[in-house]
Amino acid sequence: MRAQLAGATTRVVNATSRRLGRGQGTVAGGRAGLRLDPRLLEHLSRGRQVALVTGTNGKTTTTRLLTVALGATGDAVVSNETGSNMPPGHVAALAGTRARRAVLETDEVYLPRVLTATAAATVLLLNLSRDQLDRTNEVRMIAGSWRAALAAAPHTHVVANADDPLVVWGAGAARDVHWVGAGLRWQHDAVGCPSCEGRIAFTEVGWSCAQCGFARPDPEATLVVAPDGTAHAEWADGRTAPVRLALPGRFNRSNALMAAVAAEVSGVDALDALDAMEAVQEVAGRFTVRSFGAVRARLMLAKNPAGWDELLDLVADSDAPLVVSINARIADGADPSWLWDVPYERLTGRAVVATGDRFRDLSVRLHYGGVRHTTEADPVLAVSSAAEGSDDVVDVIGNYTAFHDLFGAPQ
Amino acid sequence: MMAPLRIAVVYPDLLGTYGDGGNGLVLARRAEWRGHDVTLLQAASDRPLPEADLYCLGGGEDGPQVRAARTLIDDGTLVRRVAEGAAVLAVCAGFQIVGRSFPGAAGDSHDGVGLLDVDTVKPTGPRAVGEVLVEVDPDVLGPLPTLTGFENHGGVTSRSEGTAALGQVVAGVGNGVGDGSEGAVQGRIVGTYLHGPVLARNPALADRLLSWALGDLVLAPLDDTEPENLREERLATVGGKRRRRRRP
Repeated sequence: MRAQLAGATTRVVNATSRRLGRGQGTVAGGRAGLRLDPRLLEHLSRGRQVALVTGTNGKTTTTRLLTVALGATGDAVVSNETGSNMPPGHVAALAGTRARRAVLETDEVYLPRVLTATAAATVLLLNLSRDQLDRTNEVRMIAGSWRAALAAAPHTHVVANADDPLVVWGAGAARDVHWVGAGLRWQHDAVGCPSCEGRIAFTEVGWSCAQCGFARPDPEATLVVAPDGTAHAEWADGRTAPVRLALPGRFNRSNALMAAVAAEVSGVDALDALDAMEAVQEVAGRFTVRSFGAVRARLMLAKNPAGWDELLDLVADSDAPLVVSINARIADGADPSWLWDVPYERLTGRAVVATGDRFRDLSVRLHYGGVRHTTEADPVLAVSSAAEGSDDVVDVIGNYTAFHDLFGAPQ
Repeated sequence: MMAPLRIAVVYPDLLGTYGDGGNGLVLARRAEWRGHDVTLLQAASDRPLPEADLYCLGGGEDGPQVRAARTLIDDGTLVRRVAEGAAVLAVCAGFQIVGRSFPGAAGDSHDGVGLLDVDTVKPTGPRAVGEVLVEVDPDVLGPLPTLTGFENHGGVTSRSEGTAALGQVVAGVGNGVGDGSEGAVQGRIVGTYLHGPVLARNPALADRLLSWALGDLVLAPLDDTEPENLREERLATVGGKRRRRRRP
């Protein structure tokens, strides 16, 4: 009874919030519902097959890809697609629907309590690296909390990236793990062995700790990327399939394979799942081209060094004007010291404009990196100023709220 | 021809979590811009520590921090080079491990390298996380403008008598022993909790370290427009907040 009232409250507050134009209406209602019934997430999850998607990077995209793959069966699938990835967002998504399947993007710190509440059938662990350290503190603590939570969830199937030692540690005590060779470009957070404090050595084919023997498990599916950027998946049982996506980037092919293996665990053929994902054109605005007056800009999101490393690689061959935008609000993390871990030196020779609340931090980083640049506090003006003298679409890379400032700006 | 100035970033694979590798880059560029020949070394933990004139240690996680301390003690190069006159900037976990003792993940005490007479223990309260402003003690490093940085640590660091603090916090927590002190200085070793990285935000401190490493050379001024703009904004934002909080 209480759960029904709380669920109804969630729906009403969300609808009202949307009607008033206050945001996307996914957090206020969830908070109101959880205040009435602190176990609302547990109650709303009952009777559903829930998959949780977590990790530092790729959560939103992988959630979307898995949602589409599971939906291809004709089943209704609910998901927190606006990226509200803590319990209020989960409650808000589930309250409005009877869909039997749910795919929930989950903040990496919240995974243990969301797993307990939802009794999820499947958990996807993508990767772990430094991000918002003022909030999350240490990535090893997160890996440890995953490990304990999954050890206590024997009915949960885990799909985990075998190339990330911290993820393997986090998944390692679970009863049923499906390892995926999804790749790991950013290895700088995984050198200290999470098992014994020894040193992890990475080679072309894997990784291992010389001290305790903790090593890469054999994956059941592996992503293989050709020099021309095309990718295919190889299964240990002999199957192969191309991984084609409308979305750019190696990292998205990796996300797609993780989602395909998770789809298979949920009863959908992995190859059918990959086929279905090809139709996904954009995810929550990432890589969309927007117009700001006469200027067109491609908006990209990178929140941390691992994400920036991937995107700087993606834009490396272009000489389009580039805007880089950095904020340090609550959702971004309050300390932008991580800018010094990003290889901005790769931008030498490009026309770069630094913007965002913390453009001065960025400007100092570029100054010492030898990247010539101008600064403009206002992100929309920064896009216009970058476009001057060029007909190209402006590339914009921003961290979380910096991206949303431009994505939500009037066109 | 003068030998190149050697700057080593110590164990970025273990002590590279908080962006402090930027301190090495700042030092190298500021020396190069003044015409010095510089070798910037990224010293990985699986190889002997290279000979250098200036060593930078950064923040890291509890487990890797224990490994870094043990490896530095076994290697021996850092202690020897300091005895020979090398300068050290040690930040956060790096600050703790150049001290005498520090806590591991479980709170158990580990031996530090012993370059600074400080001991660190786990705090009883929450982690210290946030912006910091520090007034530097002019008797310790000479006059330096207010330092700005960002702290993020779960350590309380006490100095033995005779070991000077880097300065006094006017915002933030610092060493956390209740006397408002931040960091420690002994000889040419500077320990601090400040990230940012600290030398990116405080070019005058970078130049003090460089001057030591170059044989107390008086350094020509640089065009510091970008770092000064950042300093001004940080001092105004953090200082302004602090004053507002104090009002009834």
